[in-house]
Amino acid sequence: MSKPKDSTRFARWAVSMPPMLFMTLFFALPSLIMAVGSFMIPGDTGGLAPLFPILTPHINPHDGLQESGLTIENYRTFFSDTVYAWIFLKSFFVAGLTTLICLLMAYPLALLIARSPKHKRDLLVLLVILPFASNFLVRVYAWMIILGPFNLLFTNVAVILGMVYVHLPFMILPLYTNLEKHDPILLDAGQDLGATKWQRFWHVTFPLSLPGIYSGSALVFIPVLGMFAIPEILGGKDSMLVGNLIKEAFLATRDWPFGSMVSMMLTLAVLGVAALMSWLSKAGRFQPR
Amino acid sequence: MTAAAPLIQLKNITRRFGNMVAVKNISLDIHAGEFFTLLGPSGCGKTTLLRMIAGFDEPDEGEILLDGKNLVGTPPEQRPIHTVFQSYALFPHLNVAENIAFPLRMAKKDPEFIRDKVKHSLELVHLEDKGNRLPHELSGGQRQRVALARGLINQPRLLLLDEPLGALDAKLRENMQIELIQLQRHSGVTFIFVTHSQSEALALSHRIAVMSDGHVEQLDEPSKIYGFPANRFVADFIGNCNLLECDLTSIDNSNISLTIPNLGTVYAPSRDGLSKGKGWLALRPEQVSIVHADTAIDQANHFLGKVDDFLYIGDVTTYIVILDNGQKIEALLPNSSAGRAHFFEVGDRVQVAWQTNVGYYIPDAKNN
Repeated sequence: MSKPKDSTRFARWAVSMPPMLFMTLFFALPSLIMAVGSFMIPGDTGGLAPLFPILTPHINPHDGLQESGLTIENYRTFFSDTVYAWIFLKSFFVAGLTTLICLLMAYPLALLIARSPKHKRDLLVLLVILPFASNFLVRVYAWMIILGPFNLLFTNVAVILGMVYVHLPFMILPLYTNLEKHDPILLDAGQDLGATKWQRFWHVTFPLSLPGIYSGSALVFIPVLGMFAIPEILGGKDSMLVGNLIKEAFLATRDWPFGSMVSMMLTLAVLGVAALMSWLSKAGRFQPR
Repeated sequence: MTAAAPLIQLKNITRRFGNMVAVKNISLDIHAGEFFTLLGPSGCGKTTLLRMIAGFDEPDEGEILLDGKNLVGTPPEQRPIHTVFQSYALFPHLNVAENIAFPLRMAKKDPEFIRDKVKHSLELVHLEDKGNRLPHELSGGQRQRVALARGLINQPRLLLLDEPLGALDAKLRENMQIELIQLQRHSGVTFIFVTHSQSEALALSHRIAVMSDGHVEQLDEPSKIYGFPANRFVADFIGNCNLLECDLTSIDNSNISLTIPNLGTVYAPSRDGLSKGKGWLALRPEQVSIVHADTAIDQANHFLGKVDDFLYIGDVTTYIVILDNGQKIEALLPNSSAGRAHFFEVGDRVQVAWQTNVGYYIPDAKNN
């Protein structure tokens, strides 16, 4: 292989620098601050207490409390009360259920669009993303009016409904993108070799669509985990999810270190799920390409 | 294979697409164990015919009988007929063994039975050690063999092959032709092979149906198609052929006399059913010999001309000679001694000659 010319190398850097710089400044650095912040102490009026001195932290002589430096107190709180684990568990359940419902609703629709004549597909895709044209909050508030008469408002059912409603397009689009690329000759071959309609779906279309299912599921599952607006508007007292917990910590109690800690735990949990999924997909030999 | 009832019978099949008639009233009988080829240029209707036999398309008129039972209306998955697609259509998410096992799994066969069959099948196509590979990890020839093994594994009554060698390079294609013949003989399955390559058709088939424009021009064994083309289209389409326009002027027991305008009279073998009129003399280049202009010749059919061009092919050299009446004629000379590229130069005065017992007269349908 020949070495790239200096001008090519410069062009590559010039093109990739701005996004890399942007992501470093506004994603990598804040994530680092959050990670450190989760080990800090809240300041007197909220926010973060001074980090330094780390090794010989100030101790308030009156109440004996630490006033600077690092602590694992936030994590201790998290693990000493089952209410947090419960909120996490519930959030994962809501996210999982929302993902499943979205998948079941999106799959037939995505398949229908993918198998429509080419000139109709663009219009149908446009219809799928049309809801984005109106404001997210307005659409969620509209559900209050719909659910009110059915006595479902401020329940977990309402939360799930709202979640599914908002996230459905994020499942349809990756599924459609995947299904649209399937070579129709494979279905012909399946049929020719004796596969019935259902067998053609389960042995050809479905396994080939797994990458679409994975990416659609990630696009629904992860945002739902962090979502706080929908539980707040449509949910009841017992509808608090991780997103609400984080939002409360930052905005209501202004306990930034605690909020950072919960965010860290959420990030770790999501990474854990992603790792599990990728391990499962490899172990299960479901790796269509 | 003559006495038994045909395996598959096409009866008066017609298929139209809008104003275009893709298949015009075709009737064919194909016998069990045959390697049957549908040969023709693209757009001649051969693929449409194949799709109707597979069940992906239905005829507008006519019947397709398998063992005497009409197949029209039976969906492809219920026909005991498999297809090897031009693009192979291997399932990209399944490995080689799973691809081959597919028809048996769909038929819900016993896993033990499937394992044995697949193992045997992999051996048959020389892919014993490739069972765990995915299709994209295979070469073109290997994919082709997987597609064949998959099509044959549950012993279909009929295997349809849609230009299966089209995507392979020349050398590989030749090897695959031999494997195809062996597979067909070994499995005993009837093959219907679709191709636009006359050399493939001649090499592989028991019988060939030469098609053009939606109908069958000639249906016969390869040597008959090559040696005795039914009409001008077949003569021109199959192999290289000199077609000399001529008038049939007299007929006796063994020979016919043909008058070629501005050149003279030539003699060709006679046969039953000929009558005087216009037509063509079909002469294969290998039937025409070429010598220096001043060489004495004892063959009755010989004419003077000039070498216009030659093509060195390796084993043979093709000379293009322009006769004194302006007629072009191709002659083949074998290059038996190594390094000998050609015997004549462009512009050389030469004589072309052929025996009176070669050549085939094709009457012009319009004048007879």
